[in-house]
This record gives sequence, structure tokens and C-alpha cells, in this order.
Amino acid sequence: MTNWMDWRALPRAGVAAAALLIVLPPFLPGWILFVLTKAMFMFIAVMGVSVLLRGGLLTFGHALYYATGAYAVGFCVKWLGVRELLFLIPLGALAGFIMAALVGIVMARYREVFFAMLNLAFSMILFGALLKLYWITGGTDGLAIGTATLAGIRLPGDSYGYYYFALTMVGIVTLVVYRFMASPAGYFLRAMYDNEIRIEYSGVAVRQVVYRTYLLAGTLGGVAGVLAAFTIGHIVPEDAFWIQSGEFVFVALLGGFGGVPGPMLGALVFEFLQTYASKYFPLAWQMMMGIIMLVIILFQPGGLWAIYQGIEARITGKDKGGDHH
Amino acid sequence: MNLLTIIVFDAVNYAATLFLLSVGLTVVFGVMRILNVSHGGIYALGAYMGTWLALLVLEADLPPVLTYLMLLLGAVIVGFLLGPIIERLLLRRIYGSDMHIQLLLTFSILLILDDSMKLIWGMEPLFISEPYSMLGRFKVGGIIYPWYDFVLVGVSVVFGGALVWMVRATRFGKLVIAVIHDREVSQAIGINVNLVFTVAFTVGALAAALGGAFVAPKIAVVPQFALEVVVLAFAVIAIGGMGSIEGAAVGAIIVSFARALAIHLAPELELMVVYLIMIVVLVIRPEGLFGEAELRRI
Repeated sequence: MTNWMDWRALPRAGVAAAALLIVLPPFLPGWILFVLTKAMFMFIAVMGVSVLLRGGLLTFGHALYYATGAYAVGFCVKWLGVRELLFLIPLGALAGFIMAALVGIVMARYREVFFAMLNLAFSMILFGALLKLYWITGGTDGLAIGTATLAGIRLPGDSYGYYYFALTMVGIVTLVVYRFMASPAGYFLRAMYDNEIRIEYSGVAVRQVVYRTYLLAGTLGGVAGVLAAFTIGHIVPEDAFWIQSGEFVFVALLGGFGGVPGPMLGALVFEFLQTYASKYFPLAWQMMMGIIMLVIILFQPGGLWAIYQGIEARITGKDKGGDHH
Repeated sequence: MNLLTIIVFDAVNYAATLFLLSVGLTVVFGVMRILNVSHGGIYALGAYMGTWLALLVLEADLPPVLTYLMLLLGAVIVGFLLGPIIERLLLRRIYGSDMHIQLLLTFSILLILDDSMKLIWGMEPLFISEPYSMLGRFKVGGIIYPWYDFVLVGVSVVFGGALVWMVRATRFGKLVIAVIHDREVSQAIGINVNLVFTVAFTVGALAAALGGAFVAPKIAVVPQFALEVVVLAFAVIAIGGMGSIEGAAVGAIIVSFARALAIHLAPELELMVVYLIMIVVLVIRPEGLFGEAELRRI
């Protein structure tokens, strides 16, 4: 259980990656900046899925929170004309939090397949509502979002300013998640993965642990949805569809959900893969995801981050002993 | 009165469709304790293969009655080919793994199947109406109904009955029940557990493919079909109780009545009502209506 300390113990990789993400973008072409920005909100959403996975909880419905955040923005733009990030980020977080607080009451009782499927059911209800209540939600056409403002200054979704704003959010999210994992709830969550009943016998309210984790994951989903809405500039009901949730899980698995670097690596690789795939073989994108996921499950359960750790261990000649489930 | 008749008829024949869609999923879960997300992919592949073969028959100017045979043939090919391949090559490697690994593995198979269909049959919908229209229609209380829908109800009743009979009354069924209750002891007393798993999964795949092939003439087979139906199938078996064949039937009936009511009375609710019922049932009875509660093991 050393992974959450790893980024302290492993300053080189973490610090180098952070430095690259801060310094490099001004030297990159615009389309890469856009892909990086997409990776930022993807990371935030995936972080929520990863935290749940740390407790052995798989969700096929995390798009519920992502879409909640996105449509919170959509309605503010539609009815109030508000596009202010300083207002909408907290609002999206709050929307995700409230949704998670309600849904979580039910969800904290369930595990395994039921947890995955109930999440799916809730997200499909939102999907159905977004699709069918078209006079409110715009139906299949979705809602146009337009350009965000930050403290009154316009910040287009493909600008440097917006990228750095997203990167700041990533930093905050990383800190929050790190704090959470270092808290008692975080430790019990990881212990839950190994044996839930023993945790309960030692006097811990497991449901409380699950509920808190769920609140965190939902909140992150809401924040990611806000950022996504402004990056892409358009929101559609498919943001709540279960395939979107599946993508979050895919990214968590691709990078490795054991810590912070894994989901970041996963999000970056995912966005670049998707950009190229949609250009060169649009019909086989899902197939590619499927094949990569198969290979990871069967041969490299720790994801890309575990591969990196393996290489690093070989170079430095010592085994870090990372425990990726 | 008239509206009520329509709702009942719609519900009954949608229930047949839903049962054919979900019974294989529940069989596989019951025996192997794996929720097979790729089920929707096999269903859609059955629909594509059956429709494609049936269209070949029409193109060759053979008698259109043969289209029924082709639908069946398509389903059999898909079921007997994909079932053993997926089980032997992929699922077998993850029987002892965590639940999320099993779900994700079958999810990735679904993604691969879905795109394979796009690559093979393109993005255009595939449509065959002959098997549907050939049987003609009948009139009930001023409403015209196609006979095909009733054939479908018959098919699902016979198929469901055959499955229940297989589990309850045959030697193989007894072996399956033994394996469900305790894999290790079954193995120890000489039951070929691997074979039971392969057969169970193939039966599940065949059920999916059959469902897809025989529902296909009622609808247009379109890309992404696989992704939509699998969630519906989950809802049906979660309501009925995962692993129970009778549960799948009851779940299908409940869902189809709710959906028919919603379509005719409050169309906005069509998509939501299914999942609302699922949530209500799972909150009150987490194991579903016909499921058995699982013991917590230390």
C-alpha cells in the first residue's frame, strides 16, 4: 500500500511530468494543446473512477456525474447566460456532490456487480431524461455552450489560458485525492479491497467509507463535466451514456488505477489514441480500445504505469514493489 | 378499452423479445457467476448474420420461406462459433479473478464485436421484412396485428421451457446445479467442470444469437445496436433475479408492461421507466425477485 506515497518517493517522474505539462505547451501546436486540455478533464473524471476501484468498486455509471456537471453548465448558459468559471466550477462540483449524496445513499449498500449495475441504471435514467425532455435539454441536439470567462476575461476552450486553468484544477484535484487517500477513510478503502468483512469486524462503518469515497468521486465527475463542456463547447445526452462511463473505466485500467500518475498517463495516452484513431480508422476505434483492454487484463494488470515502474526498477536496479491490483 | 388492448398486445410481444434477449445472460451468470457484458454483441451478431443470410436467399431468388431457415442458421453459426471461442480462449483465464476484471474483459469483447460488425456490414442499417410480412396479419378489436409477433411469443415460450426442462429434468441439468453449488467438490467427484462451463456459455451465446436473429425482421439492424440492448438485458435479469430463468421471464414481462404503459401514456418516460423499476426492485430486494441472496463469506 505504498502507492500513494510513491509520488513522494518517486519525485523524478512526478515532478518531471508536472514540469513538462507546465513548460511545454507554449511550444506545442494548437491541436496538441487541445488534446492535452481534453486529457486534463478526462484525468479528473478518471480519478473518481480510480478511487472507487481502489476499494474494489467498479462503476459503469460514472458518466452520471460527468453529465451532471456538464448540464449544470448547460442550464446556466441557457437560462442565465452565465459562463464564469469561478462560479461554474464550484457549481459543477456541488451538483456532482449533491447527486452523489442522493444516489450514494442507495449505492453504499451494494458491492461488486450490483454496484456496477445500479450505477449504470442511474446514469441511464439521466440519459433517458436528457434525451426525452428535449424542451429542457435540447434532446439529441444537446446544448451549445460557447466560450468560458475567468473573472470576466474570455477564455476559449483551445486557448493557453484555458489549458492552464484546467491544469490548475488537475493540481487541486490531485491534492484533494491525495489528502483523501491519506485519511483514515482512504486507508480503510484500500483495506476494503482485500477483505471488507474483516474491516467491519474491526469496528469500521464500511458504508461510511464507501459513501465518502462515492461523494468524492461524484464531485470530481461534476468538475470534469464543467471543464469538458467548455473544452468541447457542446454537450449531448451521450455524455451520460454508459459507453462514456466505460471509457472512464478503460482509461483507469489503461494507466493503472493505483495512484495519481497512472490515470494521468492513461488520460494522455487515451486522448492521443482517440485523436489518431478517429482520423485514420474511425470505424475501429472501439475495437482498438477493446483489444488494448484485453491485452492489459490478460498480460499487464497494472496498466502502463506498472510497465514504467518495471522499466525504472530495472534501470535503477531496485524493486519498488508497487502493489497494483 | 382499445388502448388497453394495444398496451397488452404490445407488452406481450415485447416481453417475448426481451426474454429472448436476456435469458442467455441469466444462464451464464447463474452457472459461471460472470456478468457477460459481451452478450449484447453476440445478440447483435446473431441479428446481423441471420439477416445477411436471409437477404442472400432473397437475392438468389430462392423461395422466401427459406429465410426462416437462414435466420436459424445464422444464429446457430454465431452461437456455436463464438460461444466456445470466447469461453475457451478468454473467459477461462479469469475465472478466479476479481469481479471488475471479469466485467471489463467481457466489456472489451463487446467493444471488439461491435466494431467488427461495423467493419463487416458497414454503417447502413440491414433490413429484411419478408419473414415478418409473409405470415400476414390478423385483426383483434379493430387493431391489426402481425402473426410474426405471435410466432415470436411461441418461440420464446418454447425456448424458455426447454431451458427449464434441461436444468430441472436432465442429467446435464443436475451436473450444472452441482457445479453452481460448489465448483471444487463437483470437480472432486468427477464432474468435468470445464465442459459444463463451455456448454453453459455456448447455450447462453446461442440464446443471444437466436434472440437477435428472430427479432431482426421486426427492426432494422443498425450499428451500436449491441451497446443499447446489453443494458436493457441487465435491467431485465436484475429485476427478475440474476441466474434465474423464471426470473428472466418475470423481469421481461414487468419491463415490457411498464414500457408499453409508458409509451402509450407518457412517452417521455419510455427509457427511464425500465431503470426506475430496476432501482426500486434492487433497493427492496437486492437479489431480484427470483434470485437467491448471496451469503457473505469471510
